[in-house]
Amino acid sequence: MAVPILQINCITKFFGGLKVLEDVSFDLMPGQRFGLIGPNGAGKTTVFNLLSGVYSVDSGSVILANQDITNLPIRKRIGLGLSRSFQNIRLMPHLSVLENVMMGQHCQANRITEMIKPIGWTKNNRWRQRALETIKDAGLEVDLNSTVSELPYGVRKKIEVVRALMSKPSVLMLDEPAAGLNPQETIELAGFLRGISDSNVTLLLVEHDMNFIHAICEKVVVLNFGLKIFEGTPKEVNRNKAVLEAYLGTSAMESSGVT
Amino acid sequence: MMGGYVEGIIAILCINLIFAYGIYLTAASGQLNLGGAGFQAIGAYVAGVCSNYFELPIVFSVLGGILGAGLIGFLISFPVLRTRGVYMVLATFAFALVISGIILNSEFLGGATGMVVPAYAPVEVLIFSTFIIILIVFWLMASRVGLAMRAVHDDDVVSEIMGVNVKGIQVFAFTLGGALAGLSGALYAHHYSFIEAQYFNAVLSIFVLLFVLIGGTQTAWGPLFGASFFTLVPEILRLGDTEWRYVIFGILIVLMMIFRPQGVVTRTFVHRASKIFYRTAER
Repeated sequence: MAVPILQINCITKFFGGLKVLEDVSFDLMPGQRFGLIGPNGAGKTTVFNLLSGVYSVDSGSVILANQDITNLPIRKRIGLGLSRSFQNIRLMPHLSVLENVMMGQHCQANRITEMIKPIGWTKNNRWRQRALETIKDAGLEVDLNSTVSELPYGVRKKIEVVRALMSKPSVLMLDEPAAGLNPQETIELAGFLRGISDSNVTLLLVEHDMNFIHAICEKVVVLNFGLKIFEGTPKEVNRNKAVLEAYLGTSAMESSGVT
Repeated sequence: MMGGYVEGIIAILCINLIFAYGIYLTAASGQLNLGGAGFQAIGAYVAGVCSNYFELPIVFSVLGGILGAGLIGFLISFPVLRTRGVYMVLATFAFALVISGIILNSEFLGGATGMVVPAYAPVEVLIFSTFIIILIVFWLMASRVGLAMRAVHDDDVVSEIMGVNVKGIQVFAFTLGGALAGLSGALYAHHYSFIEAQYFNAVLSIFVLLFVLIGGTQTAWGPLFGASFFTLVPEILRLGDTEWRYVIFGILIVLMMIFRPQGVVTRTFVHRASKIFYRTAER
């Protein structure tokens, strides 16, 4: 049997006296497209923040490619193949599109010579070439020298995905990548993400748009009030009573006749 | 060759430019250093001591000034970088006051009567040093280190997630910034041959931070503009009505702050200017 690329074992997180995640466990297989869903406040983004190290795990462990990363410093995680985007876009507002994308390569420039070589002066610099290729593959048509704060929402959202891809991740975590996109853009993004997944990148998506989840994900975990209430395929999730209760509430289900 | 007046302006412009780049490096990575005068004083006095007491040649005494200020910058960066925003401004400001206080009370350094530094560095040395420093800073800002510094300025958490050693970058910027301010002080000591604690005062720290903030912290062109503007414009205004020149200068600063609150030279500005430049060059 294949070894999971990312194992989340019984992670628990408290914010003061409030337990926001309790004993959440799931495994991601290499190349799998995985959805993490749940009502607002269920703890989805908290899972992302625990995996990327922004928050520390109170108990439990996170294993990435057989290596325990539970207490690894934040900046070392991207080099091991864990890359993420943010729910509310967090690009560097004063950097240009190209510079933002090139920030995603930072973890690969390990030697001091790579750090002090000018990357903005010569056109045929290899870092720059790779950034330009990835931007082109993603179908991002935008003035690369424009400052990102001047760009529309949809474009910035896409730049964030491209930036996350630049580190050549083995696990790519995207927090609501389709939020705020129009239907056409959502379809394009789904196609793009499937393409990424075909090159053996594992996807972990937090998303509210169920059509998007159905279009992409092979497996779904549902969180509610910090607990895992379901794990299975997107088809099964629609029929699961606990999930429907969590989203619609018991009374709504009774009045609409769903049992 | 040059007239004494012009030479004097060029010398102070060179010192101000190097000084401004020192403060710029910390500002570019998101830290405000209001202790500039303190670092400049350390550079000046270390160079003075190396030259007077150890009788080192100018090259080595200046190097001593750079290393001395850089080392102090490195050491105080750790407590200072624990603070943020206005608290960091206050912490660095207090640092400059402490340095000034130490010099004033030290008999060895000449106390309030100052120190004479006879070894003379001509203006050509200042011009050459400034040229080298500008090149180094432009180079640095075009490198991945520079990119990381600007990323830390914008969002330190995301920078850390991207793999940047945020603390390391901040300490590096603070140390190198201190070293550059030290270089400007060492050159000041050797060019003017006289240093006193009263010169390295709070107003000087405020001025150099203004050079950088009004010039803009987004690109390495910012301090070049800011320091040149603050050094040259009052001199140019001298040609006209002497009585009103500081009033006009003040109004210019207020106008810049109203219309360019993010600094006069921004990335967008440089981008557009270079586009126009290339278009004209193609014709």
